[in-house]
Amino acid sequence: MWRHFPHEADIGVHGSGESLERAFEEAAVAMTAVITDPDSVACRETVAVTCEAPDRELLLVDWLNALIYEMATRRMLFRHFKVEFEGTRLHGTACGEAIDRARHQPATEVKGATYTALTLFEDPPGMWHAQCVVDV
Amino acid sequence: MDTTQLTRVSEFEWRVEPRGAMRVPGIIFASAELIRAMDDKVLEQVTNVASLPGIVKASYAMPDAHWGYGFPIGGVAAFDADQDGVVSAGGVGFDISCGVRTLLTGLQRADIEPVKERLADALYGSIPAGLGSTGRIHLDESGMDAMLAGGARWAVKRGWGYREDLERIEEQGCMEGAQPQAVSERARKRQRDEMGTLGSGNHYLEVQEVSEIFDPDTATAFGISRGDIVVSIHCGSRGLGHQIGTEFLKSMVISAHQHGLTLPDRELACAPIDSATGQSYLGAMRAAINCALANRQIITYLTREVFERVIPGTTLDLLYDVSHNTCKVEDHLVESRPRRLYVHRKGATRAFGPGHPELPAEFRDTGQPVLIGGSMGTASHILAGNRESETSAFSSACHGAGRAMSRRSAYKTWMGRQVIDDLHAKGILIRSPSSRGVAEEAPGAYKDVNDVVDAADAAGLARKVAKLRPVICIKG
Repeated sequence: MWRHFPHEADIGVHGSGESLERAFEEAAVAMTAVITDPDSVACRETVAVTCEAPDRELLLVDWLNALIYEMATRRMLFRHFKVEFEGTRLHGTACGEAIDRARHQPATEVKGATYTALTLFEDPPGMWHAQCVVDV
Repeated sequence: MDTTQLTRVSEFEWRVEPRGAMRVPGIIFASAELIRAMDDKVLEQVTNVASLPGIVKASYAMPDAHWGYGFPIGGVAAFDADQDGVVSAGGVGFDISCGVRTLLTGLQRADIEPVKERLADALYGSIPAGLGSTGRIHLDESGMDAMLAGGARWAVKRGWGYREDLERIEEQGCMEGAQPQAVSERARKRQRDEMGTLGSGNHYLEVQEVSEIFDPDTATAFGISRGDIVVSIHCGSRGLGHQIGTEFLKSMVISAHQHGLTLPDRELACAPIDSATGQSYLGAMRAAINCALANRQIITYLTREVFERVIPGTTLDLLYDVSHNTCKVEDHLVESRPRRLYVHRKGATRAFGPGHPELPAEFRDTGQPVLIGGSMGTASHILAGNRESETSAFSSACHGAGRAMSRRSAYKTWMGRQVIDDLHAKGILIRSPSSRGVAEEAPGAYKDVNDVVDAADAAGLARKVAKLRPVICIKG
């Protein structure tokens, strides 16, 4: 499950699922939805990313920033994500396709994930949430 | 904002006295209406910034202030390196040196009316805008280093402009102290194909008509009169600046405790100016300022090409180029004593007054042009720096309108096509790759820039010179 939450100048991305890994994956879908309708993105190519940060909150920001970097340098959009933790590291994959400006109608570019409204929490037990504001 | 915690110093100045960890007061410049409409988060952020080490005089917010990251957008704060002062990546923002430049065309509305559609299409065809667009210029490693060190001066040397342009750019087109070696491989890679691109979000290129003159003498000195056509470009340091902001925000968060800094909010991530992290950030951030200056210079070149093609014989002279997300070393008088300070302006424009030694001769009597971009389809303004602004907020003024509505609400409220048609009916042509992007940037999603500019003028931060009405808008 993913959703957006409001921020005065920008936009918040929120992901939730039965584990923190799923919540991270859904937060990434929410970030794609800032740019385009995620269902308009086909899975044609998979990109692997690895990040490392001293805590899980910083790791969420790192994960989203790693995806922003891959989107920008590969000129791709992503739809399906997979996350695994290994200590302070995150190993992830993102599957997507090259940006097609006519079909995807990208609304805006995401400049960076921020530490604003950055939280990870479990509510109710067994349901994990991960969120932060992204700068657009 | 709840104003009960504030002291109203004058009609347009509100003050929060130091309390808790605050080292200096907080000062917000706004009318009663603007301050009531401001988010409470602005006060919280102004207060937090006031607690940072080495802050001098006060933590300021401009009339267009809104909730930012650590620092409010519209925030100004100066730090003294000799008093353990800090530099903050959040206090500059992700879009380092985002700014506005305005070009004079020598044309009148009647000159462009017959070719308006053709001009709009030609500009849209030549100036890469929106996500996924790439520029014509691709930089190799040595080209990247030269650009990061040279800024607009590098661009002019490569043939993308005239020497006279450089006098009309802050820092004469080249930020000193840039350290290209402090710019990471990833930041370079994000920029390789993005030189001369507008970007997206609230960035744009607009053809505008001077619709009103408030200060005829200054307008004459600036070379503008009613009915003139000008071109304004609003964009920044693109992917390179975003990546530098991202990387240093993280390293400043992680290194904060090593520097003995207790941060009330992680977004306030900062490092002592004299630390290795602080120096490395300053070097990279200055290189990003050069990237933004080079980027706006290349877009200027592309714009000149288009005008020459559509209306042969047109010359586009640069009025001025201002940046509104920066940290710059400046000399300011504090309690009659000159001090060298690191002035952060996050969503605030420098506004040097008459007589300032850094201004080119032609602006010595008027103060520097302060270019305030509106949102799509709304007015923009040209102001001029005042002498008294030096004592108000280290010679700073507002930068734009600021959002009144979130992107999501805007997207739910408006249809992109309808926004374009409504503006067309008012004689404003929009060209954009994304109808959703247009809906999110609809004029109604922003505060009224006129109110913000009136408050800046009334507070003495800068004085109104002219108002601009959009004619063509190329939207990223």
